[in-house]
Amino acid sequence: MNPITKFLFELQEVSLLLWRVFIGLFRGPRYLDEFVKQMDIIGVGSLPIVLLTGFFTGGVLVLQTFPTLQYYGVHSETGRSVAVSLIRELGPVLSALMVSGRIGAAISAELGSMVVSQQIDAMRALGTDPLKKLVTPRVIALIVMLPLLTVAADIFGIIGGGSVASYIYGQDHNSFIASVRDGIASQDLIGGTIKPFFFGLIIGGISCHKGLSTTGGTVGVGTSTINAVVLSSIWVIVFDFFLSKAIQSILGQGTL
Amino acid sequence: MALVPEQVREPTAEPSLEEFNLEAAVDEPERVVPAIEFRNVRLAFDDKVVLDGVSFTVRRGETKIILGQSGGGKSTIIRLILGLLKPDSGEILIDGEEITHHSELDMMPVRQKIGMVFQEGALFDSLSVYENVAYRLREQGVDEEEIEPEVRRMLQFVALEYAIEKMPSELSGGMRRRVGIARALIGDPQIVLFDEPTAGLDPPTARTICELAIELRDLQDVSSIFVTHDMNNLRYLSSEYAVVDEEGIVSFEKEGERLCLINTEVLMLRDGKINFQGTDEKLRQSSDAYIKTFIHGK
Ligand SMILES: Nc1ncnc2c1ncn2[C@@H]1O[C@H](COP(=O)(O)OP(=O)(O)OP(=O)(O)O)[C@@H](O)[C@H]1O
Ligand SMILES: [Mg+2]
Repeated sequence: MNPITKFLFELQEVSLLLWRVFIGLFRGPRYLDEFVKQMDIIGVGSLPIVLLTGFFTGGVLVLQTFPTLQYYGVHSETGRSVAVSLIRELGPVLSALMVSGRIGAAISAELGSMVVSQQIDAMRALGTDPLKKLVTPRVIALIVMLPLLTVAADIFGIIGGGSVASYIYGQDHNSFIASVRDGIASQDLIGGTIKPFFFGLIIGGISCHKGLSTTGGTVGVGTSTINAVVLSSIWVIVFDFFLSKAIQSILGQGTL
Repeated sequence: MALVPEQVREPTAEPSLEEFNLEAAVDEPERVVPAIEFRNVRLAFDDKVVLDGVSFTVRRGETKIILGQSGGGKSTIIRLILGLLKPDSGEILIDGEEITHHSELDMMPVRQKIGMVFQEGALFDSLSVYENVAYRLREQGVDEEEIEPEVRRMLQFVALEYAIEKMPSELSGGMRRRVGIARALIGDPQIVLFDEPTAGLDPPTARTICELAIELRDLQDVSSIFVTHDMNNLRYLSSEYAVVDEEGIVSFEKEGERLCLINTEVLMLRDGKINFQGTDEKLRQSSDAYIKTFIHGK
């Protein structure tokens, strides 16, 4: 198969999978326990790394931009610049990348080894639809948890930025917070929470598809895990560009 | 087809007579409908033809033993029956219902009638032995109070009650296989598919599994397919039957003492075609060179 056909084929498969997840929501059975379990694994489990990423990203942003802003005499606006870049871009994208590394790999490896050890077949033979039992709870948990993780990352990023501003550059807390509040517009908040919703779909769709289409034994599990992580990371970044453009056209540029 | 099936059928089974007999002699007419029927099924993976026009039936209460070399398509037949694979052409009927074009959703009620023992066990790693065995009933929404005694009964059946709390990774290969059997048999399916259930087991355990299959066949009227390479299994299944006395004790008797087994047949696959179909006596008497080497290993 040439690369373009292959790409279109994969795109079709992933969309079809997500569509079937969506349709399946309106018909029982629903596996609520499984959903709660996945929310715990995906959400609570990823919280530490996402918070850590957020905190240090916010910190390093201030560390690098403060001198420049100071040179132009606008260092009182540090809070605004950190908050806007975190909420619009870095929060959603970095959280999605961390989650695709952690959860995308876990999902495709788990589903892939279930395929090669015939557990998926056993499940079907015992009258369960693996899509409902395995795919739906994971995709929905990702869609629900990723926006929440992103918000947490944003908040910790601002805290990190504020800490650096005050402890390293000696800026006053209150002026930093005031600048943050000035800087954030409602468009940024809306855009910043819509994005992770789509990233959740991308990560969930690609990882579940890669896992379930595993062939070729344990080596195949390795391959599909690599593919799941690489593809979902790339697609998060590519899609982020178009999504940002779309949000800009629909909601306006926002401040700054 | 390599051999004309009529040639190897029982001599009394002249088609018109057989039909007449069944209609008249059987007071439950639905018994005439076979539990499993393959009609000219063909399946190829890429350009490798695995099944090439396979037709056979498994009657109610009958056990069909499938022999054939490794890679010969035995597991494929079983996967087709469950609808895990679809044939390229031909028809598959379960209890008279054509399932060849069923969607996943339509297959669900059909699969509930079937218990399957996977060649590699295929236990759910993340679930305990108890949860594995209880899986089917839980999915059907049965109350937990009803599930527990049923799971214990099934595990007793395969002599693994003590392992109920263990995880599959803590079990030996043979134990995993037996848990797989318990999982397949819960809910009393009317059709049971065994895919090499005794491979890699010690002779007494293998014997226990054969006894289980015999018991299902003779005492519970289960139709089954039993894939095996082992000639001992073949001998047990085709020459012994289970009887139950007043106290409910099950014992096994050899055929010939009181009656002759008619509910077990052998089917042999070769190069995607059915090479032999008939009773085990016929198989042993066959003059076909391939069958001889298969039985005696040389
Ligand atoms: N998913 C698949 N893709 C491609 N080829 C397959 C697939 N499944 C089975 N085959 C091929 O089909 C043939 C039959 O396989 P099958 O598993 O039915 O053999 P078998 O008779 O059960 O063998 P064994 O006794 O070793 O279990 C094999 O040659 C195998 O390579
Ligand atoms: Mg096999």
